[in-house]
Parts: sequence; C-alpha cells; structure tokens
Amino acid sequence: MDRFFYLTFDGLSRGAVYAAFALALVLIWRAARIVNFAQGAMAVAAVYVAYSVTGATGSYWLGFAAALVFGLLLGIAVEKAVMRFVDHSSPLNGVVVALGLVLITQGVLGMVYGNEYRPVTTPFRRDAFDVGGIALLSRYDVFVFAAVGAVVVALTLLFTRTAAGLRMRAAAFAPDVSRLLGVPVGGMLTLGWALAAAVGSLAGMLVVPTELGLHPTAMDVVFVSAFTAAVVGGLDSPIGAVTGGLIVGLLLSYVSGYLGATVAPMAVLLLLVVVLLGRPGGLFSSSKARLA
Amino acid sequence: MAVNPDEPYRKQSGLLEVEDLTAGYGAAPVLHDVRFTVRPGQIVAVLGANGAGKTTLLRALSGLVEADHGRIVFDGEDLRDVKVEQMVRRGIAHVPEGRGVVTELTVDENLRLGGLWRRDRADAARALDEVYDLFPALAQRRASAGHQLSGGERQMLALGRALIGRPRLLLLDEPSLGLAPRITAQILALLRELRDRTGLAVLLVEQNVRSALSVADEGIVLSLGRVVTRNSAADLRDDADLRHAYLGF
Amino acid sequence: MTDVREKRATEAVQSKAFKRKKTPHPIWYAVAGAVLVAALTHYLPPFRNYQLATVGAYFTVTAGLTVLTGLNGQLSLGHGALMATGAYTFALAQNRWLALPLSFAAALLVTTLAGVVIGLAAARLRGPYLAGLTLAVAVVVPSVTSTFDDTFNSDMGLSIALDPPPGAVAMEQWQAWLCWTGALITALLLAVLVRGRFGRDLRAVRDDETAARLAGVHVARTQVLAFVVSAACAGLSGALFAVLAQSVSPGAFPLTLSLFLVMAIVIGGLGRLAGALCGAVLLVALPALAQTAGERSGSQRLEGNLALVIFGVVLVVVMLAAPGGLASLRLSTIFRRKR
Ligand SMILES: Nc1ncnc2c1ncn2[C@@H]1O[C@H](COP(=O)(O)OP(=O)(O)OP(=O)(O)O)[C@@H](O)[C@H]1O
Ligand SMILES: [Mg+2]
Repeated sequence: MDRFFYLTFDGLSRGAVYAAFALALVLIWRAARIVNFAQGAMAVAAVYVAYSVTGATGSYWLGFAAALVFGLLLGIAVEKAVMRFVDHSSPLNGVVVALGLVLITQGVLGMVYGNEYRPVTTPFRRDAFDVGGIALLSRYDVFVFAAVGAVVVALTLLFTRTAAGLRMRAAAFAPDVSRLLGVPVGGMLTLGWALAAAVGSLAGMLVVPTELGLHPTAMDVVFVSAFTAAVVGGLDSPIGAVTGGLIVGLLLSYVSGYLGATVAPMAVLLLLVVVLLGRPGGLFSSSKARLA
Repeated sequence: MAVNPDEPYRKQSGLLEVEDLTAGYGAAPVLHDVRFTVRPGQIVAVLGANGAGKTTLLRALSGLVEADHGRIVFDGEDLRDVKVEQMVRRGIAHVPEGRGVVTELTVDENLRLGGLWRRDRADAARALDEVYDLFPALAQRRASAGHQLSGGERQMLALGRALIGRPRLLLLDEPSLGLAPRITAQILALLRELRDRTGLAVLLVEQNVRSALSVADEGIVLSLGRVVTRNSAADLRDDADLRHAYLGF
Repeated sequence: MTDVREKRATEAVQSKAFKRKKTPHPIWYAVAGAVLVAALTHYLPPFRNYQLATVGAYFTVTAGLTVLTGLNGQLSLGHGALMATGAYTFALAQNRWLALPLSFAAALLVTTLAGVVIGLAAARLRGPYLAGLTLAVAVVVPSVTSTFDDTFNSDMGLSIALDPPPGAVAMEQWQAWLCWTGALITALLLAVLVRGRFGRDLRAVRDDETAARLAGVHVARTQVLAFVVSAACAGLSGALFAVLAQSVSPGAFPLTLSLFLVMAIVIGGLGRLAGALCGAVLLVALPALAQTAGERSGSQRLEGNLALVIFGVVLVVVMLAAPGGLASLRLSTIFRRKR
C-alpha cells in the first residue's frame, strides 16, 4: 500500500509536468490550429540555455529565468519568422514545417553542446521525505507542483480576467470579426506562441532532471506523453490538458512501478491509440471525427 | 427614369467617398468602378440581388477584401492604407454578414470586446451600460455564451457591440437575415433613432428592400458588381421599372 | 483577368502535351535501372558500391512513403519504426534459418501485419492526429527492444549471420545488387499499382473524401491499403538496411530517420517516384558531404549534426517557398493530373 501511495504521488508529480507541456500544445492549437511538433525541441533548447547560464553563474535560478525568457523569445521568433508564412490550407503543412524545426534545433544543439547526456542540477533534493512514516514525495516534487500550479493559475487569470486574454480568445475563435473590432490578430498569435513556448520551456526545466539528463533528443519521449495528455483531454481544452497530463503521469508511474520502466512508453502508446479510436474528441468531449 | 450613376447628383462633401472602387477575390474582380458618397447622419441602403457584390463592397470598405484600384476616402483620409484593425479607431464599425457574434464568448465578453480598443475606459464602460439599457434582453443574458442566443438576440448583440465603439459610420450587412419582420422593423427604427440622436451614418445592406427604403435616405443598387442606380429612397420606392429589373418586387 | 486566361492557356497546353506524350511503361524504367546499377557496381569502388546500395535501400522506403503521403494524403512519421520492425524480423529469421529469401519474406510479412494494425487506426485519423500517433510509434517502438531484451538484446542489438556472396562477388557489390533488386521491384510494383484503379482511388480520397465516397470509392479500405503497401515497402527497406549493416540496433532507427524520410519525399516532389529517388540520393549524399565538411573542420560535433541542420533547413524552406505547401509539391510527371 505504501508503494501505491508513493507511486501515486510520483505519478502526479510527473503528470504535472506533462500537464504543463500539454498546456503549451493546447495554447498553440487554440491560437493557430497547429500541433507544434517542435515544442519538445524548443524546450530542450531552452534547457540548454539554462544549463549554460547556470554553468557560468553558478545560480540555478538565473538559469531558470534565462530558460523562460529564451523560450518566450524563441516562440516569438518561430512564429514571426516561420509559422506565419505557412500555408494553412492543409494542416499537414504546419506539421511538416515543425518537423523541419525539430531537425534544425536538434542539429544546432548537437553542434554546440555535443550529443552526450549532460547531468543537470536541481534546486531541491529529489529524495522523498517522510510524511507520517511513509516516503511520499520529495522537495523537488513540491517545487514541481508549485511551479505548474502557478502556471495554471496565471494562465487561467490571464484568459478569464484580462483584456489581453479576451483578445487572444477572440482572435483564435473569430479572426476576421476580431480584426473588425480592433484586435491585432497577428500580434495575438505571436503572443500565443510566446506564452506556449515559455510554458513548454518551464516543463522542460522541470522534466529533464527526472530523466536521463540533457540531450538534444531528451524531450522526444516527453513530447509523446504530453501529446497523449493533450489528446486525452481534447486538444481544445486547457482543463482537459491538465487532467490528461495527470492521467498520463499516473499511468506511467503505475506501469513503471508494477510492470517495469521499459513497458511504460508502450502503455502511453496504447492509451493514445485507445483514446484516438474510442473517444476522438478527448475524454471530455462528445465530438465525433478527428478531422482537423 | 434614367440615372447616370457616374454623375454625383448632390454635390456635398461626404463622410465616406468611394471613387472607382474595383475589388474582388483573386484574379477576377467582383466590384467594378463603384462610386458613391455617404454624408454624416445619412442612411444609405445598398440593394441588389444575391451575389451582386453587396457584402464584398462592405468588406472592401473595411479592408477585409483588398481593393484593386480606386479610392475610399473617409473623413479626408484614404482608407486603403489603413489596416483592418485600425478601422474601428477611425470611427467605422462593421457588423458582418451573419452578425459575427463570437459564439464561444459570453454576451458580456462580446460586448467588452467591442470597447477594448478604446483609450477612454470610462466612456467604454458607459457605452456598455447604454447598450444594456438599449437591449434589456441582452442584460438578462450577460453570462450566456454566444451560441445560446437566438437570432434576434445575436443581432442585438452584434449591433450593440458595434455601438460601444461610438462609431461615426456603421456598415451593416443584412441585419434582417432570419429575423421576424417585427424585430427587423424594430432594429431599423433603432437605426433612425441613433442617427437622429448621434448623427451616425449607416451603410445598410438589405435584401428586404421595402423596409430598407423605408428607413434609408438614399439607396444604391448594385448589379453584377456595378452601381446601376443611385437615388433618393423615395424615388427608388416609386420607380416601378427599377423595382422589376433589379429588386424583384 | 489575364491571370485566369494565362492559367487556362497553360493548362490547355499541358493537357495537350500530356495526351501527345505517352509515357513508357514503368517496366522499361526498371529494366534501364537494373542495367545501370549492374554496370555501376562493376566499376565503382567498394565504398561507392556501399553508398549505391544504401540509396537503393532508402529508395525502397521513400517510394512507398511518397505514394502514401503524396497520393493518399496520409502523413506518417512512423516509417522509421516500420523499418526497424522489418530489420529485426529479418535479423531474427536470418539468424535462425540462414535463408535469405525466407528472411526477406518474414520481414515483409511481419511489417505488412504491423501496417494493417497501424493502417486501421490511421484510416480513422486525420492531419495532426495521424502525425502524432505515428510519431508516438516511431518514438516508442525502439523501446520494445529493451522490454523484450532476451529476444532483441536491448540497446546492443543483434548481429546478423550472412552467407558470403556467391562466386567472386565482393560483399559491397552483392549488397548493392540485393538492395537495388528490392528497390526496383518495389518501384515497379508501385508504379503499376498507382497507374490503375488503385491510383485513382488514392487521389480521389486525398482530394475529397466525401466526393470519393459518393463516387463509389471505399475510402477506409483505400486508406488502409495505402498504409499497408507503404508499410511493406518500409519493412523490405529495413531488411535491406539489416543486410547493409549486418546488424540491427534501435539506435539505427531513431525518430530523426522518420523525419529524414519525410524530408526526402517532400524535396523531390510529393507523390513522384522520381522524387522519391532524388530524396534517397540526398539522404546518402548530404550526410556524406556533411561528414567531409566536418572532418575538414576537425569538429566531430559538426559531422553528424550538420546533416540534420541542412535537412531541417531544406524542409522548412521548401515548405515555405512552395505556395500552397505540400499540395503544390504534388506536380507529378509519372502520375500527372490536373490540380
Ligand atoms: N470568398 C470569396 N471568394 C471568391 N468569390 C467570392 C467570395 N465571396 C463572394 N464571392 C463572389 O463574389 C460575388 C459577390 O458576392 P457577395 O457576397 O458580395 O454578394 P452579396 O451581394 O452579398 O450576395 P447575398 O445577397 O447573397 O449576400 C459572388 O459572385 C460570389 O460568388
Ligand atoms: Mg451578402
């Protein structure tokens, strides 16, 4: 039973990260109808920046801030320099361009940093402390919960309480009408990419220390889990993304805990297949076909 | 009675002056050499059969459709260099065909969206209250999502949202679409009242020729993207040949 | 106005040209290709023969993929994983029975079955969802080797027992023959297949599913079939790569391989076998050039990664430069049709 509790908390902690990453995917999907397949690679780039800054200054938090700022700027650059010019008559165009960005990012990172795994530091210890005699979660897990929770709250407030959030939602749902009402739709799109990329970078910062280490392809598997989370929740739904993230995290944790870590990726694949075929609009919607 | 559309029959400086406007989608233009004038406080009806180019005309005026050549002068400024999202700041409000209610947003959010661009926050808030006073039905449904509204409520919402910007020119595309005649009449009467009270000018696209001409001061008739007739509303009402040829009643 | 007229005029010219020029039957291309390869392998040094063989192995998979993506509109990022499936099946069969034809058959059979499974799922998915699912396949399948490490020997992979080539044939020459036999048969079958009814159905489904359905095309069956055919190609290609490396390991089939394949079919013009061949050549030539450049500059990091960057840039630039994106890259000479 102790083990079950431990796995549950571990799963929630992982799930929180997937939730953040899935949120990043949902943000761009809602704003631009593009699944950003480059999200993982962009996040890895931001973590490398943090790695360099932390290495140079000795401060984790400076690196942390640098990663978020870099992610923000990278999101702006990708939208303004590339994605803006993608033809949207077929949804595949955006996918293929994003894949090109994956290759470029991974190649550049490999050139600059090399293709070996690099250990990264964490601001808090990762060994679990006891709660009532049971080792449940670590200080790092608490940090993860806090960080992701803060992001969720901040995004919720942004979208429901601020003018910018209202503009972003309107621009995503009805671009022409929004322009007639004075909303700079292009700018809102850029803002969406910037936010999403920053959230993705945060997820990268949180997840890389819990995996094998820093590597240009470090986020490939994480991307698959996060994509699954986003699909489980429905690509259109931020709440769904968070829920989906937690579900995927729990699944991964239980499967690795009880069946072995190498089975976990397959469990995610299975979940993805089951949801895509059985519940096409995500677990929380009733739409029928995945025609997007 | 023959009317030469190229000769301005009333020489007076207008709020909106359209000259030789040619515009369309891609290769072949839809509108050809359209010219007309809207003066402050004037209600001008744009009439014509389905596909005549009425919607395209409004879209070209607000920049959603690019003009191939010609001039669109609003208050002395050529609008062709102005971005779509700047139009509302110039004082032009466009209620598009199908009303353009953002169905995923609530009534209140839709209305606030109409005033977000305004610097004068206090007046935007005042305008919001005025719209709620004007359309009590909306006030009751503040928190409802746009897709939960009836057609009439949507039209009120779209119109109200446009009014929050306190426009000088309102481009209104088929407000009567799908509405009961009584509600259409109310909305058209409201336009007159707004015009009298605030000096609002209206370019009104309507299929319902009779009621459009009953509120309009002037009318222009489009056919195949060309202005075939421009005249006072009273004359248009009485012109039997014209009604037969272009307006079908 | 002039635009429209010009367009009509060029279309008329093109359709006339199309009628006048009867393209030769694909079998002649295959025969010509076989003669050319046989001659080349005779003169080329071993390393070049090895590269030639690699082009053939790549062509086998890109040909199938370009039919799937270009003619049927399904984007698969999972073909690297299907190649891995073929390669591992080949390795296991070969190490057990040591009979080359049998091993190839086993590889084809198993990947075809895998293709049926993925294809059935894929036929119900569109756009980014299909891309995401196949991407997940590409990322997850290599991890299977760790789950069943008794069979697959984890990250270390398996080495393959190959009989020495017959007669006095050099190993590289033998590999080139094997690869190109596979590639040319694949290309020939595909060309014949897409010329007929099947090709029409593929395009009809790609252009407008509803219209295709109304015209009596069985949409789902066509899509599954397209996926299965291209999966079989990927399986054969994987087996050929196993012959080339004489070993298999998960590291040989990373996600980037699948992305390279997409780049290869996009750059040569989607839906064209000739384009798939161009792409296959690039997949061999560009990394080789990048490696030379890397060696010159003395930077090991550059070697492997330069090719990645080049491929990525090519992919992005081609996509942005082509108005209409993928759709406009489908101009096809072999399977020409008016867009
Ligand atoms: N997005 C578009 N792309 C290409 N052609 C268009 C487009 N929208 C309209 N058209 C064409 O332009 C012409 C005029 O259309 P428009 O919508 O302006 O007509 P309308 O007068 O508003 O008709 P209705 O009374 O039916 O609303 C029509 O022939 C139409 O086919
Ligand atoms: Mg219209």
